[in-house]
Amino acid sequence: MKNENLVQYIYGIADNALILGQRLSELCGHGPSLETDIAGTNMALDLLGQTRSYYQYVASLVGEGKTEDDIAFLRTERQYKNVLLVEQPNRHFGYVIARQFLFDVFHLLLLQELQRSEDETLAAIAKKGIKEVSYHRRFSSDWIKRLGDGTEESHQKVQEAINDLWRFTDELFHMTENDMIVADEGVGIDVKQLREDYYRIVKEVLEEATLTVPEIKYFQKGGKQGIHGEHMGYLLSDLQYMQRTYPNMKW
Amino acid sequence: MTIELQPHIDPKLIPILEKVHDPEIPVLGILDMGVVRSAIMKDNVAQIKITPTYSGCPAMDVIGDDIVSAFAEENITAKVQLVLSPAWTTDWITPNGRKALEEYGVAAPLGEEADKAVLLEGKRIVKCTNCGSTNTKMISQFGSTACKALFQCEDCLEPFDYFKCLK
Repeated sequence: MKNENLVQYIYGIADNALILGQRLSELCGHGPSLETDIAGTNMALDLLGQTRSYYQYVASLVGEGKTEDDIAFLRTERQYKNVLLVEQPNRHFGYVIARQFLFDVFHLLLLQELQRSEDETLAAIAKKGIKEVSYHRRFSSDWIKRLGDGTEESHQKVQEAINDLWRFTDELFHMTENDMIVADEGVGIDVKQLREDYYRIVKEVLEEATLTVPEIKYFQKGGKQGIHGEHMGYLLSDLQYMQRTYPNMKW
Repeated sequence: MTIELQPHIDPKLIPILEKVHDPEIPVLGILDMGVVRSAIMKDNVAQIKITPTYSGCPAMDVIGDDIVSAFAEENITAKVQLVLSPAWTTDWITPNGRKALEEYGVAAPLGEEADKAVLLEGKRIVKCTNCGSTNTKMISQFGSTACKALFQCEDCLEPFDYFKCLK
């Protein structure tokens, strides 16, 4: 395993946190109520904090004077390796919760494995993140139940959101060639092993929320290879605006 | 990697570190928060290790800068390093720190089991920081900062923050 393998592997994990954190940040001041607004931005903060830990580690691996900001703001679209699920736009509150829930269940399972990584830094970041992501999963699961088992309209909206987002769930469990190299060293996680637990937990919550588990056979993929959907460019233009317009600016 | 649960702090550096406070909870010193994990003098440079309460805690950068300035006032160069392991827990808040929190109007964290009962089952055991009643309810799982949840007292109606238990 070369340094570059590890760097690419970390992008695959960290970019999910960055892009979902960015999506949640977009909600700041636009949540349907004060409490949900604060919850969204708090979760964004946790995710961006985790992202910083990962990117600081990448910067130390790459050297050449690279900083966490270069990694966050100055890559091109194809260099981001987040899954398609996290880049999906906010649409409405039920959609935000559905996207969050489908990611949180995966995220927690991943970190629970990653804390046993042979790489001490990754293990430490994961251990720290578990405490935060457990809380996220609790929050999004509660809201799935509240919306699903709520009014006719909330039920319908969150069901449509789950149906729409379901096609992005399979990609969570794809292994790239690089993932396999890093997993062979005991540093990376074999995400295929998480699939069964993931769908079991998701189904339990959906059923309790009186929602129907979608049955589709056709899934979307590409994010892990850097092939993103049409929303990603707009997201990045917002995210990168300051650094692109005023290069090297600092707070 | 050796996991050090007990902080390793040179007693001579304590008076300087005591001057640094959490910018978001100004009554709480960083020593009482338990975020200083190690503080030693090496080659005339103060080597300070701090750990974040939450990954994204924006206070950490400020705390780092404040430590450097506090030492600079004593003509000592300080180097601050952020460490992630072992991860911070609310158990590291000192009794002194808990008292400061309560006086400031933030309910101090309960134990892990009690915390779950409060946040998940709506048990009424968090004490109102205004009137002391335990007839309180959770308003929001997330509060003004990542480390807090929002509560309200049903007797005096005062809204207040509860410092979530983090294990």
